[in-house]
Amino acid sequence: MIVRILGEGQYEVAEDDRNGIHALESELNDAVESDNDDQFVAALAAVIEEVRRVGTPLAADTFASSDRVLPFSDSTLDETKALLAEPGADDD
Amino acid sequence: MGVMKRMSGILQAKTNKLLDKAEDPRESLDLSYQKLQENLQKVRRSVADVTTAKKRIELQAAQLQGQADKLQQQAKDALGQDREDLAREALARRAALGPQLAELQTQHQQVADQEQKLITTAQNLQLQVDAFRMKKETMKATYTAAEAQTKIGEAVSGISESMGDAGMSVQRAQEKIDSMQARAGAMDELLASGALTDLTNPVDDIQAQLDQVSTTNAVDADLAALKAELGAASPAQLGTAESAAADTTEPLA
Repeated sequence: MIVRILGEGQYEVAEDDRNGIHALESELNDAVESDNDDQFVAALAAVIEEVRRVGTPLAADTFASSDRVLPFSDSTLDETKALLAEPGADDD
Repeated sequence: MGVMKRMSGILQAKTNKLLDKAEDPRESLDLSYQKLQENLQKVRRSVADVTTAKKRIELQAAQLQGQADKLQQQAKDALGQDREDLAREALARRAALGPQLAELQTQHQQVADQEQKLITTAQNLQLQVDAFRMKKETMKATYTAAEAQTKIGEAVSGISESMGDAGMSVQRAQEKIDSMQARAGAMDELLASGALTDLTNPVDDIQAQLDQVSTTNAVDADLAALKAELGAASPAQLGTAESAAADTTEPLA
Protein backbone atom coordinates (compact mmCIF):
# COMPACT_ATOMS: atom_id res chain seq x y z
CA MET A 1 0.00 0.00 0.00
CA ILE A 2 1.32 3.45 -0.91
CA VAL A 3 0.57 6.25 1.53
CA ARG A 4 1.16 9.90 0.76
CA ILE A 5 1.59 12.49 3.49
CA LEU A 6 0.66 15.82 1.91
CA GLY A 7 3.61 18.19 1.69
CA GLU A 8 6.00 15.40 2.52
CA GLY A 9 5.91 12.54 0.03
CA GLN A 10 4.97 8.90 -0.48
CA TYR A 11 5.73 5.82 1.59
CA GLU A 12 5.42 2.14 0.70
CA VAL A 13 3.81 0.31 3.59
CA ALA A 14 4.22 -3.47 3.74
CA GLU A 15 1.18 -5.74 3.99
CA ASP A 16 2.01 -6.70 7.60
CA ASP A 17 2.10 -3.10 8.75
CA ARG A 18 -1.27 -2.09 7.38
CA ASN A 19 -3.28 -3.13 10.41
CA GLY A 20 -1.37 -0.82 12.74
CA ILE A 21 -2.06 2.08 10.44
CA HIS A 22 -5.72 1.18 10.01
CA ALA A 23 -6.16 1.05 13.79
CA LEU A 24 -4.66 4.53 14.14
CA GLU A 25 -6.72 5.78 11.22
CA SER A 26 -9.98 4.84 12.91
CA GLU A 27 -8.96 7.14 15.75
CA LEU A 28 -8.49 9.87 13.14
CA ASN A 29 -11.89 9.11 11.59
CA ASP A 30 -13.53 9.31 15.02
CA ALA A 31 -11.92 12.68 15.66
CA VAL A 32 -13.25 14.09 12.39
CA GLU A 33 -16.73 12.68 12.98
CA SER A 34 -16.95 13.86 16.56
CA ASP A 35 -15.40 17.21 15.62
CA ASN A 36 -12.78 16.88 18.35
CA ASP A 37 -9.83 19.16 17.64
CA ASP A 38 -7.43 17.81 20.27
CA GLN A 39 -8.18 14.21 19.36
CA PHE A 40 -7.65 15.05 15.69
CA VAL A 41 -4.23 16.63 16.24
CA ALA A 42 -3.10 13.71 18.40
CA ALA A 43 -4.50 11.04 16.04
CA LEU A 44 -3.00 12.69 12.96
CA ALA A 45 0.41 12.90 14.63
CA ALA A 46 0.16 9.23 15.66
CA VAL A 47 -0.78 7.88 12.24
CA ILE A 48 1.84 10.02 10.48
CA GLU A 49 4.48 8.84 12.92
CA GLU A 50 3.49 5.23 12.27
CA VAL A 51 3.62 5.68 8.48
CA ARG A 52 7.07 7.23 8.74
CA ARG A 53 8.19 4.47 11.11
CA VAL A 54 7.04 1.41 9.18
CA GLY A 55 7.00 2.87 5.67
CA THR A 56 9.81 3.13 3.16
CA PRO A 57 10.02 6.48 1.37
CA LEU A 58 9.33 6.01 -2.33
CA ALA A 59 12.31 6.73 -4.56
CA ALA A 60 12.10 9.89 -6.66
CA ASP A 61 11.95 7.86 -9.87
CA THR A 62 8.96 5.81 -8.73
CA PHE A 63 5.87 7.37 -10.17
CA ALA A 64 2.88 5.75 -8.56
CA SER A 65 -0.55 6.79 -7.35
CA SER A 66 -1.21 6.56 -3.64
CA ASP A 67 -3.80 4.25 -2.10
CA ARG A 68 -4.19 6.46 0.95
CA VAL A 69 -3.48 10.14 1.55
CA LEU A 70 -2.86 11.86 4.87
CA PRO A 71 -3.36 15.61 5.47
CA PHE A 72 -0.40 17.95 6.02
CA SER A 73 1.34 17.01 9.26
CA ASP A 74 0.41 20.36 10.88
CA SER A 75 -3.17 20.44 9.61
CA THR A 76 -5.97 21.59 11.85
CA LEU A 77 -9.32 19.84 12.04
CA ASP A 78 -11.08 22.80 10.39
CA GLU A 79 -8.61 22.81 7.54
CA THR A 80 -9.02 19.09 7.01
CA LYS A 81 -12.81 19.30 7.12
CA ALA A 82 -12.70 22.04 4.48
CA LEU A 83 -10.51 19.81 2.34
CA LEU A 84 -12.79 16.82 2.81
CA ALA A 85 -15.70 18.93 1.57
CA GLU A 86 -14.01 19.35 -1.80
CA PRO A 87 -15.07 17.28 -4.79
CA GLY A 88 -13.69 13.79 -5.10
CA ALA A 89 -13.96 12.71 -1.48
CA ASP A 90 -16.62 10.12 -2.17
CA ASP A 91 -15.26 8.86 -5.45
CA ASP A 92 -13.55 5.56 -5.37
CA MET B 1 -15.16 5.75 4.06
CA GLY B 2 -12.10 6.69 6.06
CA VAL B 3 -10.36 10.05 6.00
CA MET B 4 -7.28 8.70 4.24
CA LYS B 5 -9.26 7.13 1.41
CA ARG B 6 -11.41 10.23 0.97
CA MET B 7 -8.29 12.42 0.88
CA SER B 8 -6.92 10.14 -1.79
CA GLY B 9 -10.07 10.68 -3.86
CA ILE B 10 -9.80 14.46 -3.48
CA LEU B 11 -6.18 14.48 -4.55
CA GLN B 12 -7.09 12.25 -7.48
CA ALA B 13 -9.84 14.65 -8.53
CA LYS B 14 -7.40 17.58 -8.42
CA THR B 15 -4.89 15.51 -10.34
CA ASN B 16 -7.33 14.67 -13.11
CA LYS B 17 -8.07 18.34 -13.54
CA LEU B 18 -4.33 19.05 -13.87
CA LEU B 19 -3.90 16.56 -16.60
CA ASP B 20 -5.18 16.98 -20.11
CA LYS B 21 -5.64 13.57 -21.53
CA ALA B 22 -3.43 13.30 -24.56
CA GLU B 23 -4.45 11.09 -27.48
CA ASP B 24 -1.14 9.28 -27.58
CA PRO B 25 0.06 8.09 -24.15
CA ARG B 26 3.60 8.96 -25.25
CA GLU B 27 2.55 12.53 -25.76
CA SER B 28 1.15 12.62 -22.26
CA LEU B 29 4.67 11.96 -20.99
CA ASP B 30 5.98 15.13 -22.59
CA LEU B 31 2.93 17.04 -21.46
CA SER B 32 3.38 15.82 -17.88
CA TYR B 33 7.03 16.71 -17.95
CA GLN B 34 6.23 20.21 -19.11
CA LYS B 35 3.63 20.60 -16.38
CA LEU B 36 6.03 19.24 -13.81
CA GLN B 37 8.54 21.93 -14.69
CA GLU B 38 5.89 24.65 -14.50
CA ASN B 39 4.84 23.23 -11.17
CA LEU B 40 8.39 23.40 -9.86
CA GLN B 41 8.63 27.05 -10.89
CA LYS B 42 5.41 27.76 -9.04
CA VAL B 43 6.72 26.15 -5.87
CA ARG B 44 9.95 28.12 -6.14
CA ARG B 45 8.05 31.39 -6.51
CA SER B 46 6.01 30.45 -3.48
CA VAL B 47 9.19 29.80 -1.47
CA ALA B 48 10.33 33.32 -2.42
CA ASP B 49 6.97 34.77 -1.29
CA VAL B 50 7.15 32.99 2.05
CA THR B 51 10.74 34.13 2.56
CA THR B 52 9.70 37.74 1.89
CA ALA B 53 6.87 37.44 4.42
CA LYS B 54 9.32 36.01 6.95
CA LYS B 55 11.78 38.87 6.43
CA ARG B 56 9.02 41.41 6.95
CA ILE B 57 8.13 39.85 10.29
CA GLU B 58 11.81 39.78 11.27
CA LEU B 59 12.12 43.46 10.46
CA GLN B 60 9.10 44.35 12.56
CA ALA B 61 10.32 42.22 15.44
CA ALA B 62 13.73 43.91 15.28
CA GLN B 63 12.08 47.35 15.42
CA LEU B 64 9.94 46.38 18.40
CA GLN B 65 12.87 44.75 20.16
CA GLY B 66 14.93 47.90 19.60
CA GLN B 67 12.22 49.91 21.30
CA ALA B 68 12.02 47.47 24.18
CA ASP B 69 15.82 47.63 24.64
CA LYS B 70 15.74 51.40 24.59
CA LEU B 71 13.04 51.53 27.27
CA GLN B 72 15.11 49.12 29.36
CA GLN B 73 18.11 51.44 29.06
CA GLN B 74 15.96 54.43 29.97
CA ALA B 75 14.75 52.60 33.08
CA LYS B 76 18.38 51.99 34.05
CA ASP B 77 19.32 55.62 33.45
CA ALA B 78 16.34 56.80 35.48
CA LEU B 79 17.30 54.59 38.42
CA GLY B 80 20.85 55.90 38.16
CA GLN B 81 19.42 59.35 38.57
CA ASP B 82 17.21 58.33 41.47
CA ARG B 83 14.03 58.70 39.45
CA GLU B 84 12.24 55.49 40.31
CA ASP B 85 8.97 56.91 39.03
CA LEU B 86 10.45 57.34 35.55
CA ALA B 87 12.08 53.90 35.67
CA ARG B 88 8.71 52.38 36.55
CA GLU B 89 7.02 54.17 33.65
CA ALA B 90 9.70 53.02 31.18
CA LEU B 91 9.42 49.41 32.38
CA ALA B 92 5.62 49.52 32.15
CA ARG B 93 5.82 50.64 28.55
CA ARG B 94 8.39 47.97 27.83
CA ALA B 95 6.08 45.32 29.28
CA ALA B 96 3.28 46.57 27.01
CA LEU B 97 5.39 45.69 23.96
CA GLY B 98 5.74 42.08 25.17
CA PRO B 99 2.51 40.63 23.75
CA GLN B 100 3.16 42.20 20.36
CA LEU B 101 6.65 40.71 20.28
CA ALA B 102 5.27 37.30 21.30
CA GLU B 103 2.65 37.50 18.53
CA LEU B 104 5.36 38.28 15.98
CA GLN B 105 7.43 35.36 17.21
CA THR B 106 4.48 32.98 16.76
CA GLN B 107 3.88 34.28 13.25
CA HIS B 108 7.56 33.96 12.48
CA GLN B 109 7.55 30.32 13.56
CA GLN B 110 4.54 29.57 11.37
CA VAL B 111 6.03 31.23 8.32
CA ALA B 112 9.38 29.51 8.90
CA ASP B 113 7.57 26.14 9.06
CA GLN B 114 5.79 26.87 5.78
CA GLU B 115 9.07 27.92 4.22
CA GLN B 116 10.74 24.68 5.30
CA LYS B 117 7.89 22.55 3.97
CA LEU B 118 7.91 24.32 0.62
CA ILE B 119 11.68 24.01 0.32
CA THR B 120 11.31 20.26 0.90
CA THR B 121 8.49 20.13 -1.67
CA ALA B 122 10.69 21.98 -4.19
CA GLN B 123 13.60 19.61 -3.55
CA ASN B 124 11.41 16.53 -3.96
CA LEU B 125 9.88 17.90 -7.15
CA GLN B 126 13.31 18.70 -8.54
CA LEU B 127 14.36 15.09 -7.94
CA GLN B 128 11.21 13.92 -9.70
CA VAL B 129 11.72 16.28 -12.63
CA ASP B 130 15.22 14.89 -13.14
CA ALA B 131 14.09 11.29 -12.77
CA PHE B 132 11.06 11.76 -15.00
CA ARG B 133 13.10 13.36 -17.76
CA MET B 134 15.16 10.19 -18.10
CA LYS B 135 12.33 7.79 -17.47
CA LYS B 136 10.02 9.24 -20.09
CA GLU B 137 12.56 8.74 -22.88
CA THR B 138 13.18 5.17 -21.76
CA MET B 139 9.45 4.53 -21.65
CA LYS B 140 8.87 5.99 -25.07
CA ALA B 141 11.63 3.83 -26.55
CA THR B 142 10.80 0.60 -24.72
CA TYR B 143 7.09 0.15 -24.55
CA THR B 144 4.88 -1.08 -27.31
CA ALA B 145 1.72 0.85 -27.86
CA ALA B 146 -0.28 -1.61 -25.76
CA GLU B 147 2.15 -1.56 -22.84
CA ALA B 148 2.46 2.17 -23.07
CA GLN B 149 -1.23 2.55 -22.48
CA THR B 150 -1.08 1.15 -18.96
CA LYS B 151 2.52 1.73 -17.88
CA ILE B 152 2.67 5.30 -19.03
CA GLY B 153 -0.77 5.89 -17.62
CA GLU B 154 0.46 4.79 -14.18
CA ALA B 155 3.57 6.93 -14.32
CA VAL B 156 1.62 9.94 -15.47
CA SER B 157 -0.96 9.48 -12.70
CA GLY B 158 1.82 9.20 -10.16
CA ILE B 159 3.60 12.30 -11.35
CA SER B 160 0.32 14.21 -11.52
CA GLU B 161 -0.40 13.29 -7.92
CA SER B 162 2.93 14.80 -6.90
CA MET B 163 1.96 17.94 -8.75
CA GLY B 164 -1.43 17.95 -7.05
CA ASP B 165 0.30 17.69 -3.67
CA ALA B 166 2.73 20.48 -4.57
CA GLY B 167 -0.15 22.63 -5.78
CA MET B 168 -1.95 22.16 -2.48
CA SER B 169 1.22 23.00 -0.55
CA VAL B 170 1.62 26.22 -2.52
CA GLN B 171 -2.01 27.18 -2.02
CA ARG B 172 -1.77 26.48 1.68
CA ALA B 173 1.35 28.60 2.07
CA GLN B 174 -0.29 31.41 0.13
CA GLU B 175 -3.36 31.34 2.37
CA LYS B 176 -1.17 31.52 5.47
CA ILE B 177 0.77 34.46 4.04
CA ASP B 178 -2.45 36.26 3.07
CA SER B 179 -3.90 35.96 6.55
CA MET B 180 -0.64 37.28 7.97
CA GLN B 181 -0.35 40.18 5.51
CA ALA B 182 -3.32 41.99 7.02
CA ARG B 183 -1.88 41.79 10.51
CA ALA B 184 1.60 42.69 9.30
CA GLY B 185 0.14 45.70 7.50
CA ALA B 186 -1.58 46.85 10.68
CA MET B 187 1.70 46.51 12.59
CA ASP B 188 3.57 48.47 9.90
CA GLU B 189 1.01 51.25 10.17
CA LEU B 190 1.33 51.25 13.93
CA LEU B 191 5.11 51.48 13.69
CA ALA B 192 4.95 54.17 10.99
CA SER B 193 2.28 56.27 12.73
CA GLY B 194 4.53 56.61 15.74
CA ALA B 195 1.99 55.10 18.10
CA LEU B 196 4.77 52.77 19.19
CA THR B 197 7.85 54.78 18.28
CA ASP B 198 6.65 57.80 20.27
CA LEU B 199 7.40 55.84 23.41
CA THR B 200 11.07 55.81 22.63
CA ASN B 201 11.41 58.85 20.44
CA PRO B 202 14.59 60.77 21.38
CA VAL B 203 12.39 63.65 22.51
CA ASP B 204 9.82 61.47 24.27
CA ASP B 205 8.60 62.42 27.70
CA ILE B 206 10.71 59.91 29.63
CA GLN B 207 13.83 60.96 27.78
CA ALA B 208 12.96 64.65 28.25
CA GLN B 209 12.66 64.18 31.99
CA LEU B 210 15.85 62.15 32.13
CA ASP B 211 17.63 64.85 30.15
CA GLN B 212 16.31 67.48 32.52
CA VAL B 213 17.59 65.53 35.52
CA SER B 214 20.96 65.24 33.79
CA THR B 215 21.04 68.99 33.11
CA THR B 216 20.14 69.79 36.72
CA ASN B 217 22.87 67.44 37.94
CA ALA B 218 25.37 69.06 35.58
CA VAL B 219 24.45 72.54 36.82
CA ASP B 220 24.81 71.36 40.41
CA ALA B 221 28.26 70.04 39.59
CA ASP B 222 29.24 73.31 37.89
CA LEU B 223 27.98 75.20 40.89
CA ALA B 224 30.02 73.11 43.25
CA ALA B 225 33.08 73.59 41.06
CA LEU B 226 32.60 77.35 40.99
CA LYS B 227 32.15 77.47 44.74
CA ALA B 228 35.33 75.50 45.21
CA GLU B 229 37.17 77.83 42.82
CA LEU B 230 35.99 80.95 44.66
CA GLY B 231 36.84 79.40 47.99
CA ALA B 232 40.39 78.66 46.81
CA ALA B 233 40.90 82.13 45.27
CA SER B 234 39.88 84.05 48.43
CA PRO B 235 41.24 82.20 51.42
CA ALA B 236 40.89 85.45 53.46
CA GLN B 237 37.13 85.39 53.02
CA LEU B 238 36.92 81.78 54.00
CA GLY B 239 34.08 82.34 56.39
CA THR B 240 31.83 84.05 53.82
CA ALA B 241 32.95 82.13 50.75
CA GLU B 242 29.90 79.95 50.70
CA SER B 243 27.36 82.76 50.65
CA ALA B 244 29.50 84.75 48.22
CA ALA B 245 29.65 81.81 45.84
CA ALA B 246 25.93 81.37 46.05
CA ASP B 247 25.37 85.04 45.21
CA THR B 248 27.82 84.99 42.31
CA THR B 249 26.44 81.92 40.66
CA GLU B 250 22.80 82.71 41.14
CA PRO B 251 22.26 84.23 37.70
CA LEU B 252 23.76 81.15 36.09
CA ALA B 253 21.24 78.83 37.58
